[in-house]
Amino acid sequence: MSCKLYVERSPRVAARKLGDEVMIMSGLDSTLFTLDEVATIIWEAADGSIPLEEIVDSKICAQFEVERGEALLDATELVQGLAGHGILLLSSEPVIMPNSPRKAGQ
Amino acid sequence: MSGLMQEMSAKALQLGVPLSVQIDLTYRCNERCVHCYLDHDDHGEMSTAEIKNLLGDLASAGVLFLTLSGGEILLRKDFFEILEYARALAFCVKLKSNAILIRASEAERIRSLSVDSIQVSIYSHRPEVHDAITKVPGSLKRSLDAIRFLKVQGLKVIVADVLMQQNTQDYPSVRALAAELGAEFTLDPTITPKMDGDRSILRLNVRQVALQKVFRDESLIGNVEEFCSLPAKADEEDLEALPCSAGHTACYVSPYGDVYPCVQFPLPSGNVRRTRFVDIWRHSDALKEVRSIRLRDLPTCSGCTHVTGCTRCPGLAYMEGNMRGPSIQDCEKSFARTGIPSANLLSKAAPVQGLVQIQTLSSCGTIS
Repeated sequence: MSCKLYVERSPRVAARKLGDEVMIMSGLDSTLFTLDEVATIIWEAADGSIPLEEIVDSKICAQFEVERGEALLDATELVQGLAGHGILLLSSEPVIMPNSPRKAGQ
Repeated sequence: MSGLMQEMSAKALQLGVPLSVQIDLTYRCNERCVHCYLDHDDHGEMSTAEIKNLLGDLASAGVLFLTLSGGEILLRKDFFEILEYARALAFCVKLKSNAILIRASEAERIRSLSVDSIQVSIYSHRPEVHDAITKVPGSLKRSLDAIRFLKVQGLKVIVADVLMQQNTQDYPSVRALAAELGAEFTLDPTITPKMDGDRSILRLNVRQVALQKVFRDESLIGNVEEFCSLPAKADEEDLEALPCSAGHTACYVSPYGDVYPCVQFPLPSGNVRRTRFVDIWRHSDALKEVRSIRLRDLPTCSGCTHVTGCTRCPGLAYMEGNMRGPSIQDCEKSFARTGIPSANLLSKAAPVQGLVQIQTLSSCGTIS
């Protein structure tokens, strides 16, 4: 990737952690999704202020025995897929977070 | 229910998580429906701050599906403040309303808050019937106008029709009207006794013959032969099943903070004004008792031919006096469906009454 990718949870979804997974109801079509443990880590960190590669370094590579390039590739594919369902918002710039009580799915 | 939803429900059950909660924000209402089970006077509703505090607790407890109902939810001046707060906590919010206070601007605001769905009660396509049930002249027109406003916003609307003697013939037309409006349709023949125990409104229930007709309406229930056949004989595993999700993965909170297993199961289990929701959920003796009950523990029903196919509601049984007992309304429903009397009906050796009830039907016009 040549530029940084910032990921933010969409305010249009409903989400809640259930055990080590996150359940997400898409705001687009009420489809229910679940995220596995690794995807949940990315979801929880997706506040729009940290680049994806930093999330992968600090949260994925630090916890799992995985090669960085492969982890980043998988994470990019994952967030693009979730963005396609309206679950995550992607940006090349950090998102300035307004003050809000949002604790999406955490 | 989708496979994933079933999986999540099973996981929630295993983890003791209340996946779905209904809060009635108020019992006040701008309609006076003849079949309503509520006392519409305000006996001290929770304040905005109390409700926000409760919503925070529910989110922490793991609740995903939040139904806001009443009474009429839009009679609360803080309704949109509560809704906004609930969405900020990432609940999947479902609303139940008569919608007569919803105009274009309210519909737009509801849409902007990404509400999952809104259920609107429509009792007939004929104003003279609908308005006589709600006792509000012009209410059908206003509710239908509201549905149009909501649909313009692209919202999912569910038309909920309660079947009773006044409107028995009208449900096919209400269903057609819902389709024309782009709304889903659900038919509910359950008239619930009043919360204070008064059962007089049960006289509004449809008659056995009318219910038999509904159960044989192929367009509504699908395969009639399958739907109306007797269930297979219960085995040991069947008898280990839970009666329903109330108190297991679902719960209800009244406008006064009272916690019950379900809106239709008014077993006092605690009050969020005195005890945090999560502590009630985990430690209430009443909820523990509800959770301990399996089909095998039901003295009459466990031996009944209908036990695995019956939609027995523990709440209705409770309102009859025993949460482990049969619910006569469901016995009569099983009878209407199959023509075979239940163990309860046989033990009473009484002729089947002219009054029947069946439980909630799922959306899309099918009976769950």
